[in-house]
Amino acid sequence: MTYASNALAALADPTRRLIFERLAKGPQPVTALAKKLPVSRPAVSQHLKVLKDAGLVTDRAEGTRRIYHIDAAGLGALRQWLDRFWDASLDSFKAAAESDDDGA
Amino acid sequence: MNQIEPAPIRKSILVNAPQERAFQVFTAGMGGWWRPEHHIAKTPFADVVVEPRTGGRWFERDKDGTECEWGKVLAWDAPRRVVLAWQLNAEWKYDPDFITELEIRFTTEGSATRVELEHRDIEKFGATSAAVRAALDSTEGWERALAVFANAAPKA
Repeated sequence: MTYASNALAALADPTRRLIFERLAKGPQPVTALAKKLPVSRPAVSQHLKVLKDAGLVTDRAEGTRRIYHIDAAGLGALRQWLDRFWDASLDSFKAAAESDDDGA
Repeated sequence: MNQIEPAPIRKSILVNAPQERAFQVFTAGMGGWWRPEHHIAKTPFADVVVEPRTGGRWFERDKDGTECEWGKVLAWDAPRRVVLAWQLNAEWKYDPDFITELEIRFTTEGSATRVELEHRDIEKFGATSAAVRAALDSTEGWERALAVFANAAPKA
């Protein structure tokens, strides 16, 4: 049972994480992102593609440019999964702690 | 500071048991209550072990004795508090470089125990997948998820 992404290391890659953090400050076109990073523009585009496939960022057209921004639903959905997971786990723990069995 | 930080998961329950028992069952007795479908090895676990010391291991042990790491004990403060490193990543695989913190506090309230859980650094998990979306099941689920995340989102 996983809450996994096909882009397993999407945020584990340090450059991608940096790109993600830059986008967290606000939407940006690829050129603006590339200017601030020590990697080439094609490399930035490739990283953005990975982040997009992972559901972390999305883009929109602005004239001839593509503007990337954070896809808030990506992490929100994960957080909700974890929230439900802990509800269920704690229910189970509570039942065990309250039972008369020697649970430990 | 990363502005995209989904809020930690915070839970608070009241357990009708004394503090020491609550702590004991949570840690030493984890194999008895951990939901069996949440295992990482190919077979369900026979036990889940939280070694009772700071720096201790946290792992599942299968019927054949195989052990799979889940993380480690960051702070052991029995019977009041334990902090575990949850090191199963978004693929539900143990990763020694991946650490999220899970803090559980046990506080006496009369004859019962207030158990508070916080799972933090969850932005480290990264993305979701089509499988998660399917598991979440409904558009209402997505709308709630968006609302939950809204206060952490950047100004667009």
